[in-house]
Amino acid sequence: MKILVAVKRVVDYNIKVRVKPDGSNVDIDGVKMGVNPFDENAIEEALRLKEQGKATEVVAVSFGTQVNQDVLRHALAMGVDRAILVESAEKLQSLAVAKLIKTVVEREQPDLIILGKQSIDDDAGQMGQMLAGLLNYPQATFASSINLEGKVATVTREVDGGTETLALDLPAVITADLRLNEPRFVKLPNLMMARKKPIETINADTLGIEHEPRLKLLKVSEPPARKAGIRVSSVEELLTKLRGEEGINL
Amino acid sequence: MRTLIIAEHNGKLLNPAVQKAVTAAQFWQAPIDLLVAGGNDAIIQAAASINGISRVLHANAAHLAHPLAEDVANLILSIASDYQVILAAHSSFSRNILPRVSALLDVAMISDALAIQENNTYIRSGFTGSIHNVIQSTDHVQVLTVHSSRFAAASLGNNAEVINIDAPAPFTKTRWVSETHNLSDRPALSSAKIVVSGGRSLGSAEKFEEVLAPLATKLGAALGATRAAVDAGYAPNDIQVGQTGVVVAPELYIAVGVSGAVQHTYGMKDSKIVVAINQDPDAPIFQIADYGLVSDLFEAIPALTAAIKQPLQ
Repeated sequence: MKILVAVKRVVDYNIKVRVKPDGSNVDIDGVKMGVNPFDENAIEEALRLKEQGKATEVVAVSFGTQVNQDVLRHALAMGVDRAILVESAEKLQSLAVAKLIKTVVEREQPDLIILGKQSIDDDAGQMGQMLAGLLNYPQATFASSINLEGKVATVTREVDGGTETLALDLPAVITADLRLNEPRFVKLPNLMMARKKPIETINADTLGIEHEPRLKLLKVSEPPARKAGIRVSSVEELLTKLRGEEGINL
Repeated sequence: MRTLIIAEHNGKLLNPAVQKAVTAAQFWQAPIDLLVAGGNDAIIQAAASINGISRVLHANAAHLAHPLAEDVANLILSIASDYQVILAAHSSFSRNILPRVSALLDVAMISDALAIQENNTYIRSGFTGSIHNVIQSTDHVQVLTVHSSRFAAASLGNNAEVINIDAPAPFTKTRWVSETHNLSDRPALSSAKIVVSGGRSLGSAEKFEEVLAPLATKLGAALGATRAAVDAGYAPNDIQVGQTGVVVAPELYIAVGVSGAVQHTYGMKDSKIVVAINQDPDAPIFQIADYGLVSDLFEAIPALTAAIKQPLQ
């Protein structure tokens, strides 16, 4: 039982990004980068399945330039067995990455693919569903629990209004929600050891996959801010304002 | 060419956000079809009554009783060649299905569009709403979800033609097992006129219920929660307001003990009036609140509840 996880390198979730003065993009020069938080949940779940004896190997893949080595090292330090970097100089969009992961799946033949449900930079949330579609695999998005028995994964998903549980025949694609687990802290010795592990690099251009961007970024701006209103000093004053100035019948 | 809307329903009722998706779809000025997978007569009638649509396409089959992404995607793909635009209101339903469709059509997908402009250009947010991107699609087919609070609801009164269509064979490698619903007499969070939301300051599941439920009941409001409150186990996950939860835009949003993390404000900043009640005068929520009250919520909320004259309907 082999599990494949994908790791995206994104701006650290604590950082508020700034827009470049010319509005061409966000300014991420010198900004702290890290593993997309939902991808950490995916890695953690794969490692737990291995620790439960339900998986034998966990492989991590990332897409980008050599700087992505840092997120793959993080995955190795968490405990994944192998790491692959699919190298591409140009920024890859969701559909291109889905096609590239498909080629990695065809090569690695994992029984299960666990991805984060979305990345915190693009906020698109498309990758898992796109990959499952391209592979004609079963999919379970927004997973809050995964139970593996033989060749079936039973997955509980967080959906609007409650939860839904699905049974998927493997191989399948699952996307991780934050409540799936709490990712482990990486200990410094593990990080040091991970530095010595080899990372296999594949040039995206050698995979024979069209990966041109389909969406053109025309402009980036700060959204219009919602203006702060007034402070009220008491519940009575609040109700007076809501009733009088806003005309709400309370 | 035509425009296709994927109509979300829960097996009993049509989701009101479909009316907002219709307004968004009218941008293309092409005939609009609503696709309903599964569903009952009431849902079909509600769909056909939305002004601005041309036809309702209804696919009914045993395996669509609990529609899977795989089956709905295959259904959409079976008719996709008639459409230049395929869209839905952004929700856990649509964002589960449409990326699968877009990949199989070999086109990029635009998720959660805030606005639609000429020449297949869209505004959407990134970095949890901290930036707006203007993007242009170069694909021949547009597949997108729309941020429904940014679009007005299309009116009712139509009597559109209903056409039954065949569903492709079921995708047997995925099986629906069960579902749980948060049973509540309160209005649905995504369409409620008033929302009362609680944060981690409530301190426990018991206090969350004890303090907020009477206020929500008296206001006829839906209850919401921050991710911190949900993660702490004070509230169920399906009432989480925010980027990874539900996006709401009620007439009145009352944030109780909510700090105002961007993750949360992403899901409520389109509300008409925001009231924040928090003990911390520096909480970021006050920067976006129309009315801020610095007060101990355990005193303010019971006082507010008592001072409201009568239950609203």
